Amino acid sequence: MPLPYYVSPEQMMKDKAEYARKGIARGRSIVTLEYGDGILLLAENPSSLLHKISEVYDRIAFAGVGKYNEFENLRIAGIRHADVKGYSYSRGDVTARALANAYSQALGNIFTQDIKPFEVEVLVAEVADGNHGSRNEIYHILYDGTIEDERNYAAMGGQADEIRRFLKEHYKEGMSLTDAVQLGVRSLNVTQNKTLTGKDLEVGVLDRTKTRRKFRRLAGETLAQLLGTAS
Amino acid sequence: MNDQPRWLSVFNDLSTSSFVDVLRREHPHLLPEARLRPEDVANVPHGTTVIAVGYRGGVIMAGDRQATAGYQVASRRIEKIFKADDYSGVGIAGAAGPAVEMAKLFQTELEHYEKVEGDNLSLEGKANKLGQMIRMNLPMAMQGLAVVPIFAGFDVKAEVGRLFKYDVTGGKYEETNFEAQGSGSKDARDSLKKLWKKDMTRDEALRVAIEALIDAADEDVGTGGPDFVRGIFPTVRSIDRLGFGEVAEAEVRKLCEQILDERAKTGNGA
Repeated sequence: MPLPYYVSPEQMMKDKAEYARKGIARGRSIVTLEYGDGILLLAENPSSLLHKISEVYDRIAFAGVGKYNEFENLRIAGIRHADVKGYSYSRGDVTARALANAYSQALGNIFTQDIKPFEVEVLVAEVADGNHGSRNEIYHILYDGTIEDERNYAAMGGQADEIRRFLKEHYKEGMSLTDAVQLGVRSLNVTQNKTLTGKDLEVGVLDRTKTRRKFRRLAGETLAQLLGTAS
Repeated sequence: MNDQPRWLSVFNDLSTSSFVDVLRREHPHLLPEARLRPEDVANVPHGTTVIAVGYRGGVIMAGDRQATAGYQVASRRIEKIFKADDYSGVGIAGAAGPAVEMAKLFQTELEHYEKVEGDNLSLEGKANKLGQMIRMNLPMAMQGLAVVPIFAGFDVKAEVGRLFKYDVTGGKYEETNFEAQGSGSKDARDSLKKLWKKDMTRDEALRVAIEALIDAADEDVGTGGPDFVRGIFPTVRSIDRLGFGEVAEAEVRKLCEQILDERAKTGNGA
């Protein structure tokens, strides 16, 4: 067997990170905003059938950017993790923190052990249950397993830095859903040459006012009204 | 099996959207299983009577609140009608422990499918899945821990309420009018046979359902009747175009009072 060429670990990690970052930068962006009654997830996604945003459990949602098959696998793995945990303990024991940790471990392992890293970033959001002292949680997990705990807003994907800069300036606490949707779209517009309409968007919310399963999708007429473009 | 290419396993692995398959493969210890001596089976609490009554635009599901172990009341407040998802419900009869577990597993299965696929199973698909789960329970049924649920739901595509009964081997049979299951089921069915009419309204169906449960409690020692002392009344749920909904306990209580009053006055049904 021929001896493989020697590559320093440092160089290898650098190459992998660059490869993953390039892949992610090609994709479109997702923003997440905390608003008065919950958490809003907003993605630029021209397909209404291939989702980037999904329900995971009662109070938990998932969003992924990058390569579709890779974050789709992570999404299904997350739903399994949550459902098994909720079935074997109780529904209240399923937490975003445990799920985010699992994603971080998985992505970290793939990054160090596999030849090709995953070209994805994922986000796990959990809306507060309204009990005293509980608050919304937003976790942002990068391709190498790095995990960040975000407050108020988060952005990931191609032009995340620009979007984050815009949100830092314009974000206000306790917004209404309408304000949050409009701010989210404006922040995505910053990186575009065109103005995004309802057709280019995939929108989901974790709505605290709903019973048990808090996730719902906003589309069609409902979304048009929130965007102020209803016919 | 190892000589097939690896990508093919993606197509062969149908467990992607089935929670039960995930459990079977990854966490088999979480699936219900029990070894019991035959003499212990009699002391296991059993759920008694559940019924489903079709009406114009939907189905009423109802069940008494008693669990019975041998000649003893095991629980007076057990719930036997469960929401399976937004448009269907399952009523459980038989060994209470495994039955409640099966209902929970079934709920998770439907929710899991919905989340992974981003779409709901058809009503037929749900009914078949429940049949497979009953068949899974067959080894336990052979030891005397049989679970035989009834399943009802609103078929969103056909816009009608539908109801299904099962046998212990998982055989699924669709019924058109009504169905009852459990120890008092024969009495409930006799009652329903006389009272059920075509094209009933929701309120008529509600009354017929409660009459049938009262009749079952009357004739079957295992089934509990309305309990005015403790304030325990049958669980009643309705499934229609708007989805699975609860019938308020106050409404059920009032109907129970009415029916018993009339029976006391007229002697009819006594």
